[in-house]
Formats: sequence, C-alpha cells, structure tokens
Amino acid sequence: MSAVTTSIDRRHFLKTGVAGATGLIVGFYLPGRREVFAEAAEPTVLNAFINVSPDDKITILISKSEMGQGVVTSLSMLAAEELECDWKQIRTEFAPAAKVYFDPVFGMQGTGGSQSVHSGWVPMRTAGATAREMLIAAAAQKWGVDASECHAENGAVIHTATKRRLSYGSVAEAAGKLTPPANVKLKDPSEFKVIGKPTKRLDTPDKVCGKAMFGIDARRPGMLHASVLRCPIFGGKVASFDAAKAKAMPGVKDVIQISSGIAVVADNTWTAFQGRKALQVTWDEGPNAGASNESIFKTFEERAQKPGVASRKEGDAASAMAGATQRIEAVYRAPYQAHATMEPMNCLADVQPDRVDIWAPTQFQTPSQGIAASTARVKPEQSFVHTTYLGGGFGRRGWSDFVTDACEVSKAMKAPVQVTWTREDDMQHDYYRPASYIKMAAGLDANGNPSAFTARVACDSIMSWFFPGSVKNGMDSSSVEGVSDIAYDIPNILVDYQLVAGPVPMGFWRSVGASQNGFFSECFVDELAAAAKRDPYEYRKALLSKKPRHLGVLNLAAEKAGWSKPLPKGMYRGIAVLEAFATYVAEVAEISVDKDNNIKVHRMVCALDCGRVINPSIIEQQAMGAMVYGLTQTLKGEITIDKGRVVQANFDTYEPLRLNECPKMEVYIVPSTETPTGMGEPAVPPVAPAICNAIFAATGKRVRKLPVRPEDLT
Amino acid sequence: MAIHFTLNGKPTTLDVNPNMPLLWALRDNLNMTGTKFGCGMALCGACTVHVNGEATRSCQTPVSSLAGKKVTTIEGLSPSCSHPVQKAWVEIDVPQCGYCQSGQIMAAAALLAKTPQPTDAQIEDAMSGNICRCGTYNQIRKAIHRAAQLQAGGNKSAHWGENAAPVESAARSGDVLVGGAE
Repeated sequence: MSAVTTSIDRRHFLKTGVAGATGLIVGFYLPGRREVFAEAAEPTVLNAFINVSPDDKITILISKSEMGQGVVTSLSMLAAEELECDWKQIRTEFAPAAKVYFDPVFGMQGTGGSQSVHSGWVPMRTAGATAREMLIAAAAQKWGVDASECHAENGAVIHTATKRRLSYGSVAEAAGKLTPPANVKLKDPSEFKVIGKPTKRLDTPDKVCGKAMFGIDARRPGMLHASVLRCPIFGGKVASFDAAKAKAMPGVKDVIQISSGIAVVADNTWTAFQGRKALQVTWDEGPNAGASNESIFKTFEERAQKPGVASRKEGDAASAMAGATQRIEAVYRAPYQAHATMEPMNCLADVQPDRVDIWAPTQFQTPSQGIAASTARVKPEQSFVHTTYLGGGFGRRGWSDFVTDACEVSKAMKAPVQVTWTREDDMQHDYYRPASYIKMAAGLDANGNPSAFTARVACDSIMSWFFPGSVKNGMDSSSVEGVSDIAYDIPNILVDYQLVAGPVPMGFWRSVGASQNGFFSECFVDELAAAAKRDPYEYRKALLSKKPRHLGVLNLAAEKAGWSKPLPKGMYRGIAVLEAFATYVAEVAEISVDKDNNIKVHRMVCALDCGRVINPSIIEQQAMGAMVYGLTQTLKGEITIDKGRVVQANFDTYEPLRLNECPKMEVYIVPSTETPTGMGEPAVPPVAPAICNAIFAATGKRVRKLPVRPEDLT
Repeated sequence: MAIHFTLNGKPTTLDVNPNMPLLWALRDNLNMTGTKFGCGMALCGACTVHVNGEATRSCQTPVSSLAGKKVTTIEGLSPSCSHPVQKAWVEIDVPQCGYCQSGQIMAAAALLAKTPQPTDAQIEDAMSGNICRCGTYNQIRKAIHRAAQLQAGGNKSAHWGENAAPVESAARSGDVLVGGAE
C-alpha cells in the first residue's frame, strides 16, 4: 500500500467549531474527568480532535460513545500514530455535540453499526498529522529554521541537525495561531508504531476503582431524582391518577404527568421508587391490550404466505426450483430480544430559560441534543450534551427517550433532575430486536449444489420506528440483512420482505438484522449440506470459492477448531460463517447434550477478518463479548408479549449468560491490509447457527426457533 | 433515626429512612457512585460491597441493618487502586463498558480473602451471581487467578504486556493468534 495523501476538510479543523468564537479554550469537560485538568494550564486547541496543554498533556476528543467497545482507545491510537507523542501523555474527553463531529455515514453524531474505527480511520490520523505539522512549524519558527529541517518524535519537535528539542507543550500556543496545513501526508503502514500493537485500554484504570462516570453517576448541585411509571401496555396512556399517597411520603417533592407517564420526583432515587409504588393510576390501555406472542406470530405467518417486496432477485428462482432434483423447505422463528444493558436507562437534565444541559449515556448525540432543545424550548445551540461513559449500549442508547423524560421533569421542576429507570422499566420499555418469521426454500441439483434459494422474511421494521415515514416502499434492509446478502454461489435467488407493523417498539440490537437472519440462513445452509450428504464445512467452502474473505475466516476457524480431527465421545461441532458490517466472521461451536437435552457449550473458536488490525487486544475482547451476547440469545434470552405488554421484567426472567456457563473461547485474526472495519457486533451472528448446527450433529434435530429449549429437542 | 457504622474505615452516620437500601444511601446521600444499580433484586451483583468482609448486595441491605458494622465499597477497597484484584484487572484489561466491574471486583476480593488460591469451580461459585453483559467472564476468571498470584507475592507477567510484539510481525508468520482466554 502506498502512502496516503489526504486533503483535509477544513470544516473539521475550524477552531471556532469547537471552542466558540474566541478560540483557544475548550469549555466542555466531562465532570467526572474535570479534575485532571483543574490544575493544568489552559490547553491549546489544535483542531477539533486534539488539544495540547503547556504541561505536555495531550487531549484527544472522542466524538463516539464509549460503551465498552474500546473506542476511546482505538480512536486515540489512530491520532497518536501520526501525532508522534508518548502514549502516556494522552488523555481523552468526550466531545460535545457539534456538527464537526458528525459521522460521515450517519450524517449526525452517533455511535453504531460497528462504524467508529472505520469512519475514524482517515480523520483521526489526519487530525494527528495536522497537529504534528503545526507543532513542527511553530518550533521551526521559534528556531528560525525551515520546518523541513525538523521532525517530531515522542512528544517533541527535534531540529534534526542540531538535535535541539522543544516539547509539544512548549510550542502548543504558537502552533495554535498557525493556519492548519491543507494537505498532510499520512504514514505508510510499514511505518506504523502504534496501529496494530496490542495496547491497553485507556479507560481501564478508572473502571477498576469506581471513578469512571456513567450517566447514572452524574451529579449537580441541588439536583432531584425522579422515577417514571409508564403504562405497561404498548401504546397505552394515563387515563387518571391519584398521587395523594405518594405526595404524602417524606422526601417526595412532587408528582407530575409527563409524556411517558407519571413522574415521582424526590430527594433521592429510592424515595422516588417508593413514591411510585404508592401511585394509583388508571390506564387507557389503547388498541394493543390484546396483543400476544401468538397473535403476533400468527400475523407474521399469514403475511408470509403472500409475496413481499424483493430485496434481492437474481436469475429465475421459481423455474430453477421447479427443475431441481431435491427441494428443501423450512420455517424459522426468532423472538424479541431486550438489550438489557447493565446500566439502566437514565439521564440528568438541567433545563434553564436560555439553555439546557444533559448528562446522558447516549449513543446518538445529535438527536439527544435536538430532543433536549425542543423539550426545553431553547435553540439547538443552547442545548449542551455531556456524554458520559455508557454502561453498555448494544444499540439501545441510540434512542433518546430517557433524555425526553429528564428534560420534561427538569423543566417542570425548574431544577436539575436525574431520571433513573428501574430494571423493570428498562426491560419492559425497550426498543426490541425484532421478532421474525422466515420461510426458506432451496432447490439442489443432482450434485447437491443449490440451484435456487428463496426466503421470505416477515417482521416489523426498525427504520420505521427510528425514522417514522422513512420506509416508503415497504423495504427496510435491516430486516433482511444476514439472509438477503447470502454469500454462497447460488445462481437463482429471490429474497423478499413483508413489513408487518406491530405494537412492540423496534430498535437496533447488537448486529441488528444479522442477529436473527444469520441464524436463519446459516442453519438453513447446514440443512442443505445435510440433504446433499456433504460435510457442512466442505459444503460451505465449495460454495464460497469466489468469496476470499469469507473463505479466509471459514478455513482458519475450521483449522483452529481441528474440524478434520475426531472429537472425544459425546462432543459435537457446528460451524457458521457470515459477513456483517463488512467484517467477516466464522465460528465453530463444540457442545455436548445431556440426557435431559440440556446443551453445554464447551468451546467457541472464532476467526475474523476486520481489515487492518488497529488493536488486537480490543478485537479479542469484542469478539469474546459478542460471543457471550450471542450465547445468551441462543440459549436463554427471549422477550415475550402477553396482553400487550412484556412478560419478562428482571434478570430472573430474562437471564443473561453467567460466568459458570461461559465456554472456553478462542479468537484468531486473518491478517489483512484492507481498510479497517468494526468489531463491536459482527461476532454475534455466527454464534446461534454454529451452536444449533452442532445440536443437529449431536441429536439429528434441527433447531428452527430460538432460544434453544430442551423440550424442543425431544 | 441515625445509624452509625464504619464506611471505608471512617466512622459514618446516616440519618435516613432505615429501610433505605445501602446502595441508594451510598449513591445519593453520600455521593459515592462507584457502587452501581443494576437490578434492585440481588440478581446481578452490580451493587456488591463488603459488610464485615462478606460480599453483600447493597440493593437488598437496609441501612438499619448496618449499625456497628464495617462497610467497604470500591472506593475504599485499597489506597490508589492497589488491591491485587484491581492490579490484576488492569493487567488483564478486564473491563469493557465497566459498569458491572465494581461489583465483580468486590466479589472477587471477598473470594480471595477467604480462598487465596481458588479453583475454577470456586471462582464459578463465587462469581456466577455477577452478570456482565459485555461478556468479560473469561477475562474475569483469568484475572482472579492472576490476583491470587499477586496476593501470594507472585510477580510473573501474565497475558500480553506493553512490550508485546506488534501484530504485523506475527502476521508474517501466518495467522494471528490473539487470545484463547479460558
């Protein structure tokens, strides 16, 4: 790969874009980290992502939300690579909500779609290189030499010939007065010193001593605490309520009706929870009180009988199917899933007549900023988002409903108010991973190879919920991703989609459509391999001969799992391979099944290709974490609906995988020089099919419905 | 009625509703937010503290039960994060989102106080009440073994260190083995 020369989007580097009209001082510290800078001299803003203070501290502004995926560290590594500083000089802060921090793909500031490293790959390195060049130019000016005679090294500018040295901090102020260079040359990858190295996370020290500030930890002088009672039925409203008992409780400040329900405001969270229990509310249950899992899946099934909107059409699947030697058909289902982040939804808002501040664990700063502004009735530029650490995100915090709650209550109370959801609120008022129903069929030729594949998906649409009105032609690609993009060499393909609008709120759940469609498509391909009487790995391998990156991870996973070697008695294997968010992942599961049909997963082997590796340690963490998330959805997790409401309420009824159930996990990376892609999500989808394919190997039974229940295997 | 107890080595008085769980007294009244709210039903372990040295779910511990007792929270586990469990957590880089980790660390510290060299089975018994949605379980298991070593005075570096070889050099010899945490 040759060196990259990139032209800078000047808007990214306008100092005023960050600091306000006068320039050099940023004013948006995360309160939890403020003390780091309290005694330090004022930093100089070199660009939207990098500040340098006179005492040589370098601050990287992180425009993405840190929800465990390691983005604080990964983005800092990209900037540090070009900045030529000592890694120990680096501090990070979460960026304010501002246009300069918009994600180029989303067109707004937000974190999702395993997008952060991919979209930060050029801008963060460019920011580092630009800052470095400005620091070099400032030092050269001071020495009265040409900048070309100087180089940067380890947080300082060196005059190469005389070895004179000026630290970044000593020239930062002068550098801040220079015009940023318009074109900077980025390093050739052969010169990388930081990128690609296993690097410790920058956020770990704060996270092991209770110092990391999550949304729920935000504190303001004079703040109040609130809890909101919502109608348990989706679409239901408050008909009437009696707050007399709640208001009479010591510590309860007020009870007010807001758009999401009844808010009890108190001087501490527990009292707000207690006050809420004393409320007497009559609900207007609305039109969804009769909705149940049965009624919802019955609708899916009915709608799946009729053609939907095609998402992929190649060749003539109907004719090819008619001429096939063997025809395989199957129906699969997946349930709703809750995100169940460890930190329940919350937000602290301080609404004042001319401004609103929110301290929020948000994934999407731009919508949070807008919602805070409109709720507070101030201008967007008077709305200030202080992004905290997120105690898990998984897509849930792409919504800003918790911001609305806090702003409404703060506005009414004329005081800073933190709204904290209970675990039950969080689980019963989520934006869920869609439940889905799929009919698949394939025609095999005389050699057992698929000549035709059809799939019809029936489920609700996330985009219709997230951007009402955005889905105009009945097609939401997130509903079919993971099946519509089936990678196997099949000449005739028809995938279509029946959008079934329903009462249950839909949201992005770690790996989105691939989380259920990957289960469908990769189990079905296993069915085809069995029908063709071929080994499931060899069958996939033959059908992926034109897909080198799929093949790369498939072969590596099979090799590392010892696919060709026999397993001990009672142990069985399954395999699956999928691309999600342009990252390729194959996994092999090793399982046993006891006499009561309980599944034990002993080992997960994961091979992945996410392009050029930034930090292999974080890649490993993410792959393992995603596998645990996938294990939960495979073996345990299920949200069901009865009487228009969610049945599950806490971790006893929606039980995440626990430590004693966690298998041995191994992660292997296929080396690549491709542009880096994300690792937050793509290791989730292969888990369920790998395990269910292993269950078939063990029992001869196909699992076509998640989660796997022992009773379904009899 | 005021309750007197010892919090992180300091005599402390709480004059709150005696039914208030310790979790909320810590977070809202004493402004010590290191202890986390996860479920409110002792199902997830995020709120784990030590009461007289025992790992205890603070969300189910009324303040009234604390009179005369010694409470330790993540903030008071060690001076400047120096407990062997914290050191091991940093060395293995356990946390992802980090929200459950105060509870995980307090549970692990209580285990090691009683069982200095825990087996995998003892780790499972002690730690399976603590949920981590990021899925750091295998790193937790590894870090507890490492903390046991550190506590016993061991000093051998475990897992990847700061001087680990760059991935590119490993890549030249074929695929990259990153992990294999058990």
